[in-house]
Amino acid sequence: MELAHLTLFEIHQKIKAKEISCQEITAAQLKRIEKLNAQLNAFITLCPEKAMARAQELDQHLAKNPASDLPPLFGVPMGLKDIFLTEGVRTTCASKILGDYIPPYNSTAVQKLLNAGIILTGKLNMDEFAMGSSNETSHFGPCKNPWDLNRVPGGSSGGSASAVSSGISYATLGTDTGGSIRQPASLTSIVGLKPTYGRVSRYGVIAFASSLDQVGPMAKDVRDCALMLQTIAGYDPKDSTSVNQPVPNYLAALKKDLKGIRLGIPQEYFAEGLDPEIEKSLQQALQTLKELGATVKPVQLPHTEYGVPTYYILAPAEASSNLARYDGVRYGFRAKNIETLLDLYEQSKTQGFGSEVKRRIMLGSYVLSAGYYDAYYLKAQKVRTLIRQDFLNALKEVDALVTPTSPTCAFKLGEKTDDPLKMYLSDIYTINVNLAGLPGMCVPCGFNSQNLPIGMQLIAGPFAEEKLFHVAFAYEQATVWHKRRPTL
Amino acid sequence: MTQYETVIGLEVHAQLKTKSKIFCSCPTTFGEPPNKNTCPVCLGLPGVLPVLNKTAVEYAIKAGLATHCKVQKRSIWARKNYFYPDLPKGYQISQYEFPLCLDGYLEFYVKDQKKRVQIQRIHMEEDAGKLLHDFGHPDSSHVDLNRAGTPLVEIVSSPDLRSSEEASAYLKHLRNILVYLDVCDGNMEEGSFRCDANVSLRPVGSEKLGTRAELKNINSFKFVEKAIEYEVARQEAILNEGGRVVQETRLFNSAKGITESMRSKEEAHDYRYFPDPDLLPLIIDDAWLKEIQKNLPELGHQKAERFERDYAIPHYDAEVLTAEKEVALYFEEVVKQCGDAKRASNIIMTEMLGLAAKGEKPFETIPAIELGKAITMTLKGTISGKMLKDVILAMHTEKQSAETIVNKMGGQLSDSSAIEAIIDKVLAANPDNVQQYKSGKDKLFGFFVGQVMKESKGKANPQVVNDLLKKKLF
Repeated sequence: MELAHLTLFEIHQKIKAKEISCQEITAAQLKRIEKLNAQLNAFITLCPEKAMARAQELDQHLAKNPASDLPPLFGVPMGLKDIFLTEGVRTTCASKILGDYIPPYNSTAVQKLLNAGIILTGKLNMDEFAMGSSNETSHFGPCKNPWDLNRVPGGSSGGSASAVSSGISYATLGTDTGGSIRQPASLTSIVGLKPTYGRVSRYGVIAFASSLDQVGPMAKDVRDCALMLQTIAGYDPKDSTSVNQPVPNYLAALKKDLKGIRLGIPQEYFAEGLDPEIEKSLQQALQTLKELGATVKPVQLPHTEYGVPTYYILAPAEASSNLARYDGVRYGFRAKNIETLLDLYEQSKTQGFGSEVKRRIMLGSYVLSAGYYDAYYLKAQKVRTLIRQDFLNALKEVDALVTPTSPTCAFKLGEKTDDPLKMYLSDIYTINVNLAGLPGMCVPCGFNSQNLPIGMQLIAGPFAEEKLFHVAFAYEQATVWHKRRPTL
Repeated sequence: MTQYETVIGLEVHAQLKTKSKIFCSCPTTFGEPPNKNTCPVCLGLPGVLPVLNKTAVEYAIKAGLATHCKVQKRSIWARKNYFYPDLPKGYQISQYEFPLCLDGYLEFYVKDQKKRVQIQRIHMEEDAGKLLHDFGHPDSSHVDLNRAGTPLVEIVSSPDLRSSEEASAYLKHLRNILVYLDVCDGNMEEGSFRCDANVSLRPVGSEKLGTRAELKNINSFKFVEKAIEYEVARQEAILNEGGRVVQETRLFNSAKGITESMRSKEEAHDYRYFPDPDLLPLIIDDAWLKEIQKNLPELGHQKAERFERDYAIPHYDAEVLTAEKEVALYFEEVVKQCGDAKRASNIIMTEMLGLAAKGEKPFETIPAIELGKAITMTLKGTISGKMLKDVILAMHTEKQSAETIVNKMGGQLSDSSAIEAIIDKVLAANPDNVQQYKSGKDKLFGFFVGQVMKESKGKANPQVVNDLLKKKLF
């Protein structure tokens, strides 16, 4: 099998057995990135010298220490979404306003990965400030879907999805505010997990909507995904919203049968708007799950339809405040030829932010403004509570929910860029999970007639990631979808 | 001409004396080089998150309890969004709809009249940084974020104050409480205690509030009085001419002694407050609250009552001695050493506070124990009461112990043969006066005492002088 398509487990075995050195594997990755990135535009920034130097260090470490003690990500080259701060490596959030920003510290999740031995190869493309569902709002141009270069990889973690799917990053992290891990995972046939809100530290992750953002793994299969979460999960005293609860052994949750597992099918998620080919794949997947021993029953999530409007009040409100700091005063882009302070603010922001970001800042400022707060923001918070309650009620009766991830397969570049509302509906099946703060996972479950990937979403209760791993792994072992790779 | 009543409400910002900032571990030390006390969190760099300083909350709770507020079991952090170059995140983390403390009051005296003022709320927030306009390049302004993230409480009174005098008394009382609690250093020059005053006028007898002006960032008791007085006169003049007061924010120009318009209500900000999603609601559990309540220190007015009761000193003395915590603690130390409270009180009020009023720092130069020893010497007759004043002055300037100073000065003369010699000398030099005294002019006795004291350079023990003189002149 081609080196680029190995899983984390397979690479670990090879490095441990000294079949390949960290430098060899890194050099091979860098070569592949160089070859494919011109087509995919998955990387915004590359740091080959740093990567090779780090690989050399790791090889020296390996020469002096027993291979049995290696942490499981030792020597694995990895690109990371450009929303994660990386000390000394440019971090842009795909925005002109941070185009030359070099952070002085690592985000907690990145630091944990580095401690586990990864080699950072560069920073991956995304929608600007994670606002988008197609990776087309990036200041650095759209990223492409490796299954069809005329199509989008989804967003906002489009670069991450594209990179894992095409084998230019062995696994990676994304962030998911309304579906930004799961939707691109679905569109590129990889496994993506948004953990429970508070499971992974957000420290050092550039904030989009703080009460919704969550860091999660994106990987080639369920086991790799579990390994990644194992590495990054846990309480962080630097993040007041991270939860101080023990991290279970996720690998132990990987079992091959589903005896006794109860799955719920939210009726509202199989209504109009769902692509028939996707629905067909989901029905087949449900059949497989039943064959593995799960029982399946319909459940209701009555407030589902209010999810998208609620999200597009709350997320922009928080974003409008979170993005206020990019004002040209202390770091990042500053407009030239400025006369007054107001000019400095207006011109730096006008020139530094893209149109989707501006649209959301305006929307957010509006819903928070005096006289409108009660009608929009406060109301949306109340609806959010009802949505969460729907999920918790349904999950009293079942272990996990099964839904589609995306209403359509990967769409063409430019297809939805002129219609923001159409674009916003790309996350219709994922958004409510963020509003509820629950863990949600996307696993490959088929391909349509044009050979475009289809993903299945699994949703569990708070901190029940183990259940997701259990169901997803059993399903994955019984199917072949995760083994297909795009030809490039 | 209509008679107007002045209506004043005060918003006090007090900096909490924590070692580190409210949402990060940077130090709060004053006077450091620009941007020394900063980290990614208080600089508002991308990706940072706030972590609450528990001690700051404890201090704010103390302030709430000491002002009879109800401490809320659950309060919410809010973002106050506005743009200013010294506000790194583009918003200030504050409390808005659900503050930490509600519904308290303060009681204090203004000209022997007891005054009660309602405290509407006390909320916590972070301070902003500072702009430096006279630093480096003349055309550029610089941002110093050392102060950004320093914990503050904002204490908001009801519009219960009726004069600049009451406002000043309220502020002094509030400052006294915070300093006694040891939660604020009360340093107005460094801005750790500053206030905004909302001032309006209404016809006497009217219940309706008039249109107010907000006077921003006043940083001394004197300026508070002046700013309010100016503002009252200004508004009165407008009303008397039939005009209308405009609701606006005004700044006090201390150089000119006037208030000047800063911005009108039309330009007022829409702060777009909303709960900060990076911080969980602040939950205060009963056990913690009880613990804080139990460990509240004695406050100034409580100390004054105790001084009156336990040391049997007059009410006036007790008030003066407790006006500053430092002085009250000092007084108690001195009494412990010398055992005479009234004497200690007199000496501290006249000599020590007298020096302090001249801008000296006698409470720093003379340890309480040394002053106590000096007073004990007067009680034992080692030195005279008159000498004590000189000894205190010498202790202050030379920073030496009472014993060293007294030794240097030679102590008090109690030796009767030596005093007798001086008396003989004085009597011999004034034969006419002796004659007059003996023929009945009793008042001359004081003259002889004075002469003897002068001759002994103030060192003669007055009691011995009296006794011997009486004998000699009999």
